[in-house]
Amino acid sequence: MKIIILGNGVSGITAARHIRKHSDHSITVISDEADHFFSRTALMYVYMGHMRRKDIQPYEDWFWAKNRIDLLRARVEKVDFAAKTLYTADGKTIPYDKLILATGSQPNKFGWPGQHLDGVHGLYHWQDLEAMERHSAGLSLSFRRGAGVDRAVIVGGGLIGVEMAEMFHSRHISVTFLVREDSFWNGVLPSQESAMINRHLAEHGIELRLNTELKEILPDDNGKCRAVLTVAGDTIDCGFVGLTAGVSPNVGFLKNTSLDINKGILVNEYLETSVPGVYAVGDCAEMRNPPPGRRPIEAVWYTGRMMGETVAHSICRQPTLYNPGIWFNSAKFFDIEYQVYGDVQAKAPDHHASVYWEHPDGKKSIRLVFERASGRILGFNLMGVRYRQEVCEKWLRTGAHIETVLQQLGLANFDPEFFPQHESELVAAYNRQTGKNLTLKQKRGLPAVLQFLRSN
Amino acid sequence: MRNESLSISTPVPILTTGKQKIAVASAGIGILLLLVTWAAGKAVAPVPVFLSALGLTTAGVVIFIREEYLKHPEGIKNNGVWFRSLTARGIWGWLVGVVFTGFYVCLYWFPGYLTGLIQLFDPLSRMLRGTAADQWFVYGSLYTAAMLLMGVKFIYKYRHNPYQRLRTFSVMFFQLGFAFLIPGLLMRLQQPEIYFTYFWPLSYYQGTPMAHQGYAGSGLGTFFFFFGLAMFFIGTPILTYFFGKRWYCSWVCGCGGLAETAGDPFRHLSDKSLKAWKIERWMIHSVLVFVVLMTVLLWVNVATGRGVLQDYSQFFYKTYAFLIGSAFSGVVGVGFYPLLGSRVWCRFGCPMAAWLGIWQKTKSKFRITVNGGQCISCGNCSTYCEMGIDVRAYAQKGQDVVRASCVGCGICAAVCPRGVLRLEGGE
Repeated sequence: MKIIILGNGVSGITAARHIRKHSDHSITVISDEADHFFSRTALMYVYMGHMRRKDIQPYEDWFWAKNRIDLLRARVEKVDFAAKTLYTADGKTIPYDKLILATGSQPNKFGWPGQHLDGVHGLYHWQDLEAMERHSAGLSLSFRRGAGVDRAVIVGGGLIGVEMAEMFHSRHISVTFLVREDSFWNGVLPSQESAMINRHLAEHGIELRLNTELKEILPDDNGKCRAVLTVAGDTIDCGFVGLTAGVSPNVGFLKNTSLDINKGILVNEYLETSVPGVYAVGDCAEMRNPPPGRRPIEAVWYTGRMMGETVAHSICRQPTLYNPGIWFNSAKFFDIEYQVYGDVQAKAPDHHASVYWEHPDGKKSIRLVFERASGRILGFNLMGVRYRQEVCEKWLRTGAHIETVLQQLGLANFDPEFFPQHESELVAAYNRQTGKNLTLKQKRGLPAVLQFLRSN
Repeated sequence: MRNESLSISTPVPILTTGKQKIAVASAGIGILLLLVTWAAGKAVAPVPVFLSALGLTTAGVVIFIREEYLKHPEGIKNNGVWFRSLTARGIWGWLVGVVFTGFYVCLYWFPGYLTGLIQLFDPLSRMLRGTAADQWFVYGSLYTAAMLLMGVKFIYKYRHNPYQRLRTFSVMFFQLGFAFLIPGLLMRLQQPEIYFTYFWPLSYYQGTPMAHQGYAGSGLGTFFFFFGLAMFFIGTPILTYFFGKRWYCSWVCGCGGLAETAGDPFRHLSDKSLKAWKIERWMIHSVLVFVVLMTVLLWVNVATGRGVLQDYSQFFYKTYAFLIGSAFSGVVGVGFYPLLGSRVWCRFGCPMAAWLGIWQKTKSKFRITVNGGQCISCGNCSTYCEMGIDVRAYAQKGQDVVRASCVGCGICAAVCPRGVLRLEGGE
């Protein structure tokens, strides 16, 4: 059987690896972006000089031939689902038996005037990184000389925006960060955590402009951006505009085919599209019936990887339900790491309660969310503190009581040895909140964790 | 992208404060005094020149790094590592590599060329050890100074990380105390010059009949001879069972200590390929076999009353001393820091590391655990692993890292942007 995978990001490559694990099918991965799989989430580190391109490629180049995964660098322009054939821009026709669409996302552009100017880019593809590189030299130089425009404007306060801010900052390029909301990423982060990031951005010298929306990007005589105009009427001179107001599925070339598409490619619980033998995974897939509490499109590294693995099972073994398990995600905002497990909402609904502790230095916090009435644990939100995923998941899965969790909380601590443990401070916060008198009974340590995970 | 080769330009402007420029000048003059004395072949006014060199360099380095790190919020500081000439095998990297290598070549085989430096360090040697300086004293002093200064730098760089602070303080303490002051003071007290933190087979001489005979008549020496053997056969397995090989390699050992401090800016240059791992396993275990064979032959030779083995065993010993003891551990091991990374000797050559690694791999509580499915395969862990372990290959599979070579420096866990890795076994 000949399987074609369109897209060599984490979803497509995970699918390819697992298909190879389970079968001897012919596998071809087609990408227009890059010869080899790289970690998209690590693009920022190449720009910042932490790593080279080859360092963000998780597999050495010999890996693909050894595992009989054929790689093809080509742009697919048309798919004929009836004839099971792909047509590439350079005139190749490629037949397939099964097709996995893993085409990823593209940065959102909401029709702003000037959004196609030179120097206006998102951050998703390798080519976006090259664009940033092209425009950076001049900006860094004028910073050094103290003359000219040395500024980049970033539009959209999410994870990619803050990455881009860190990237420019690493090259001494001034950053103005336009955020529509009244606090950074407060559609996802509760207000205290969001405020922490506002402060941290300021500490790094990022000019965060809250409640600010982009109206227009102004060109210079050469068709390159020279400034942005905000809705409030301010003009900000800049040599680069980063558009980071989210991403949407990269499915343009599939429109007007027999494939059912809404925002993304519609798939059922088995990741099957409306066309038999065609699957969609990762950012480009939209669940018709997402699991409870989940969004139809989750453009996240982790879900992409899980979908890739699921689809490989479905093709090689038996149809397998996509089950992403308990929600988790992580990020890093400059120096502050962020982890979330379970259901932590920015604006807590009435039936949610939480206990929150923040370090006096304002760079670490722990939040436990629980059901107000029953005390059942619902979620963990961590800034600057690492928690062990398996432990949190077990508590969430078994619906442990908040007080049980609090007293055992050391089990979750995943910070390095000799790092201070703050669990007892969270317990104290809970005691103050409730007038109870709980104590922390379990400190950090692997043996206790293993025992806990093995117990029923 | 670019700037991966001999370029001396960088896409990031290097910004220095006025204070830093003065600091660079100060350290520059200090180092220049050493270089001039080295080149001149004799020390003029050794005491003032020595004190000036030491003071100016120390002041310069400390002021520079305080400005560099305290100015910015604490966190991971790897911006521009692959852009800078010194740390990305550019011209400065090669230049420093050549100077280091040249120094080691002089040290081992042409100490006559170090006469100027030896004279310069003579007053210190007489003060500490009560005897004239030789090239080994110069070496030990510079080695200790490099570790202390770069150790301070490392502590500032990782000031947010208690594990890194403690570990670095530990290697600095063992170097200054056990590898510099105590051996010197022992000499002053007419005792053998003993380095309590170096055992056979890393210190290959320590297990030989020559060492045993050399210690005859000294209670302390004889004690150390057997202490070293006990550390090899008993101490190492027990300590490694509980803590992993890091109890030695990244907390105590001087070779490791230099790699962790002076070598830290070059840690990412280690080769991560599968091929390098294969070569590593062959090489390091061959050296272990070599040193065991060499030592056994020497003892057989003594036991059989200096029979036919006499010449062969001595030849074997001298070959080991030349190839492994000098050329590998010194010239390549440190001289090539800016080209091959900081742990070339520890990874490919050190027989003690091989022995520790066998225990770590087969019988140890030490491991690096992975936090569920949180790895984003970014590659920071692998890139900054000085031992060239492809940590990511384990992390992205959610598999514990159990590797003979891991020295437990903890940098993979520190640089991970998602908090995925944790060293286990110390708490």
